[in-house]
Amino acid sequence: MPDGVTPFALDVRGLKTVFKTRRGEVHAVNDVSFHLEPGELLGVVGESGSGKSVTMMSLIGLLPMPPAEVRNGTVMFEGQDLLTATDEQLRAIRGARIGMIFQDPMTSLNPVFNVGYQIMEPLRKHMGLNKSQARDRAVALLDLVGIPDARRRLTDYPHQFSGGMRQRVMIAIALACDPKVLIADEPTTALDVTIQAQILELIKDLRQKLGMAIVWITHDLGVIAGIADRVMVMYGGQVVEQAPVRELFANPRHPYTRMLLETVPSVSGTRVQRLQVIEGQPPMLTKTPESCPFMARCPHAFDRCGRENPARFIVGPNHDAACFWNVETGAPRDV
Amino acid sequence: MFDVTTSRKLVEVRDLKMYFPIRTGILRKHTGDVKAVDGVSFDIFEGETLGLVGESGCGKSTCGRAILRLYEPTEGSIKIDGVEIAKTDFNALRKMRPTMQMVFQDPQASLNPRMTLAGIIGEPLSEHSKLTSDKRLARIYELMDAVGLNRDFANRYPHEFSGGQRQRIGIARALALNPKFIVCDEPIAALDVSIQAQVVNLLEDLQEQFGLTYLFISHDLSMVRHIADRVAVMYLGKIAELAPRDELYADPLHPYTKALLSAVPEPDPSAHDTANRTVLQGDVPSPANPPKGCNFCTRCPAVMDICHQIDPDFHEVRPGRFVACHLHPDTTQTAANAATP
Repeated sequence: MPDGVTPFALDVRGLKTVFKTRRGEVHAVNDVSFHLEPGELLGVVGESGSGKSVTMMSLIGLLPMPPAEVRNGTVMFEGQDLLTATDEQLRAIRGARIGMIFQDPMTSLNPVFNVGYQIMEPLRKHMGLNKSQARDRAVALLDLVGIPDARRRLTDYPHQFSGGMRQRVMIAIALACDPKVLIADEPTTALDVTIQAQILELIKDLRQKLGMAIVWITHDLGVIAGIADRVMVMYGGQVVEQAPVRELFANPRHPYTRMLLETVPSVSGTRVQRLQVIEGQPPMLTKTPESCPFMARCPHAFDRCGRENPARFIVGPNHDAACFWNVETGAPRDV
Repeated sequence: MFDVTTSRKLVEVRDLKMYFPIRTGILRKHTGDVKAVDGVSFDIFEGETLGLVGESGCGKSTCGRAILRLYEPTEGSIKIDGVEIAKTDFNALRKMRPTMQMVFQDPQASLNPRMTLAGIIGEPLSEHSKLTSDKRLARIYELMDAVGLNRDFANRYPHEFSGGQRQRIGIARALALNPKFIVCDEPIAALDVSIQAQVVNLLEDLQEQFGLTYLFISHDLSMVRHIADRVAVMYLGKIAELAPRDELYADPLHPYTKALLSAVPEPDPSAHDTANRTVLQGDVPSPANPPKGCNFCTRCPAVMDICHQIDPDFHEVRPGRFVACHLHPDTTQTAANAATP
């Protein structure tokens, strides 16, 4: 990986987030490092509880603290460390330079304000537009995300939109101030497949027009295969594998990724008689892991996996995996 | 492999309608109906899994619940194991309950948080059988073994279990009375990918072991392809297409089925380059005010004039393949008899 001065859109190093609960600590994110290149779409996959949302929430300061606590790490964005930034500095960045889209468009829009107000709010706050300029830009944004009759719909309330249309409004708000980085947390999970297909087409189209970098969090490998440039797989609060999308689907190197790809059935190709399962449950993250978090469910686990938490080894060009087992040789890695 | 020709019909649904009244104004006047299920007919053969797929709001869950008479159907007939249940009175229906059971979507909401696992699984036994408490406990243990729950957990409460384990509790409860027919209403939708496979494999094992018949309701087309023998596709309260699984996925006839299948993102990056995607425009119309003619005419990529006028019949176009579309007119004479005997 190149040194810290390279112009990454976002550079995260050694992020560690802990939740303090009455029953002790939960180590939700452990030593997560990744970067985002300008204009690329980074897919983040993982099961619920793998720490993918918490990672993104902690780097833009959206976690309630307490109970959350970011213990470690740096998040470099435009030459500034977001973890040491003041609340005021963060407020100036969120919504302006970093846009966000959340999973459920019903709960992330405010039901008592019309959508025009909600789109115009960041425009007036961050870009200093006056009311009529903001309204014109809001109309342009709604047009951009494919909402017909945009000017009239500005005065409609969120409940007057369907699920897919609401998600388009959320995207319009996230794009309002031309962000450099867009963080999308399961943006299509609550939608039907035909509506999901519409939103995915829209995002592909917008990327070409606007050229921002996107972090796309999802648990759906099919969605990732369709839109991501590079994929990061998370498990138990850690990054277990990272590779360009084709490389990852063709040569998965971490046992978890391999098993995950085999688990998912498909609507075409051969139909397996029996689904491959990953036995067992994801780990409880009550302390800093001293062993591999996937050990209990891993078919290749050996004694070293219980003693050490594997680092991310380089396994190919721009491809790393956190595993002591070398899939190619079928033997433990010699490091 | 399951064979349609040799099996008998366990469930026969004919022209089932389930309307929910819309009442407005201060007098709660009946001003319209939400036509959640609007005339569906299908059979489920003994030992098979019928997959029922569709988008949210298409009426698939309502259909599943109406078949078990968890709702009072507006019209139509439902025969389960030869007995008509659509109009049966409450006491007779109660005697029928052991043959038909349900597994619900949300394992969190469908288990009573104040009951222990043994209490939950044992409740149908104490309601419908006269087992002594020893025998009941033995049966509870037997069921827990069958679904892969450790016997030591019998006195624990639902919150102590993960989502996948909770769904196993729900399945054990459904199995308690040796049912013949189980409606699985999105049993895996709330679970993670790696846990989904565990539950689907369990359902398949239990089907083989106890000879169960499933109606598997899901919006996940790839999982339905795995588990179902035949698949029915619903759109806005009606069945658009019903066909054996392999034929439906290889050669979908209805434009909606085609669009639905092409919208599923494949977990393979190179498939996305070559895919010829049909992206449907717009949203599903409201079931309170469905369009005139074919329900799908507002979004159909192959829409014709006739589609805006006449609602197409649901008929058999090839042996075992039923479609409701003007692109596939009724050619076989016997089709009408087969669809509505």
